[in-house]
Amino acid sequence: MTHSSHDTCAHCGHHHELRVEDLLVCYREVNALQNVSFATSCGACVALIGPNGAGKSTLLKAIAGLLPIAAGRIWWRGTKVAKWSREIAYLPQRENVDWQFPITVRGVVRMGRYPQAGWWRPFSPADETAIDRAIGLMGLADLADRQISHLSGGQQQRVFLARALAQEAHVLLLDEPFTGLDRNSKSALATTLRHLTEEGRLVIASHHDMETVRDIYDEVLLLNRHAIAFGPVADVFTEAGLSATFGAMAAAAGKEVA
Amino acid sequence: MIAWLLEPLQHPFNQRALVAALLIGLTNGYASAFVVLRKSALKVGSLSHALLPGIAVAILVAGLNDWSVFLGSLVAALLIGLGSLAVSRGSRLDQDSALAILYTAAFSGGIILLRRIGVAQEMEGWLFGNIMGLRDSDLWSNFWISCGALGVLTALHRPLLMTLFDAEVAATLGVPVRALNYLLLAVLIVVLISSLQAVGCMLALGLLVTPAATVYLLTDSTNALFWGGSLLGGLASVFAVLAGWWLNIEQGPAIVLVLGIVFLLAFLFSPKYGLLRRPPAPQR
Repeated sequence: MTHSSHDTCAHCGHHHELRVEDLLVCYREVNALQNVSFATSCGACVALIGPNGAGKSTLLKAIAGLLPIAAGRIWWRGTKVAKWSREIAYLPQRENVDWQFPITVRGVVRMGRYPQAGWWRPFSPADETAIDRAIGLMGLADLADRQISHLSGGQQQRVFLARALAQEAHVLLLDEPFTGLDRNSKSALATTLRHLTEEGRLVIASHHDMETVRDIYDEVLLLNRHAIAFGPVADVFTEAGLSATFGAMAAAAGKEVA
Repeated sequence: MIAWLLEPLQHPFNQRALVAALLIGLTNGYASAFVVLRKSALKVGSLSHALLPGIAVAILVAGLNDWSVFLGSLVAALLIGLGSLAVSRGSRLDQDSALAILYTAAFSGGIILLRRIGVAQEMEGWLFGNIMGLRDSDLWSNFWISCGALGVLTALHRPLLMTLFDAEVAATLGVPVRALNYLLLAVLIVVLISSLQAVGCMLALGLLVTPAATVYLLTDSTNALFWGGSLLGGLASVFAVLAGWWLNIEQGPAIVLVLGIVFLLAFLFSPKYGLLRRPPAPQR
């Protein structure tokens, strides 16, 4: 995989950087994440890889502005990320979503225009255009009025992607997007993510299927409470890197028990 | 026959009861959609029990009037709600356990206090409602509470729904999730108080859950959940008050019983989600 990602952004012609510096996130007085530093930029597709409890979701939520940062900084386009940002979209794990909620595909995608529309202003024609476009791009036009439980796993994932597109987000943070999808949906989603990064978006996803990492991602962050390595897939996603990541977990677990 | 059916309508206290039932049913029905979507019926139920000690203390301190009952029950519910939060944060207990301890203790205190200061009949009214005992001023306070609650819930409909659907996603879109959660709970408490005189604090929960829960079994549309719940709450309450006269049964329990029967019918016969008509399994 080439690294056009670190040149300029095809989307806007700029070099937009996401930089995480010495991040420390505490959860119930435990350091969920510490010493996490890496920098990437739009156009890249980044995998977060580490064992369960390594802090992958925590890192995604911290970048999304959902968790308080105890120390360190997160920069996006040279500005500190302190709270939420319209440019950063967060997509929760599919199993954490209430699919029985009485809402249609269009209803979910509409939520992406909340930053523009606010509490009660009706959606403008520009909002509606963005919503329709996002639904169309994700191939959901025929399903727009369906309640979200009547969708396949791949379609459900695309609903949340469409919401992020309607939001005009630049950075997409996905928590285990491939989990629970069948083979066809997985490859379709991989293609979709590739399109999104080619348009200049930055995709960061937690991932646990080691077989598919090389096919889907450009860069890898190995994570186990702290950042173990970050870089292009070929350099970082190696046997040595993986044993440092997953072995360290076993060692840490042993220590906690003792 | 017709004369017998219409006879109750000639008495002013019956007319007041009907208007009150309609108002309370509409408001509770609308608000019940939030309770169902929030999946917090039992929490709201605990808070409805917490109203009783507030009433007792208010009567003891300020005597029985509209404002003392309203403020007393509001403060009691808030204290117990926030108290349970404080206990769960300050100890290893979860919030539901803390809430159960606090509200049962407060409820017991309320019963003891009410027995000391009032007559037993009055207590029955606070527990199970006394919609026939409403005065004009009660109607007006119900009216204003309904307007206020519906106004707030309608104005904040969009961010509230986003919060209930997925609080984390809502927060990443700039919705003030925490503030809205507190506000919603406060509005629900106010709605509970408005139905206190009609169905009492033991049964208020039924009116604040069943309408939208029933509609939830019939449709996937969010709008239908709110307006359908409202309509069902209003119609069922009015019908129950009428049926109460015709059959000579207590109106408060009749309201909740009618709603329960409608729910049972929806549970069994809903074309979409009824027990007797399973929908095809969702595709994977």
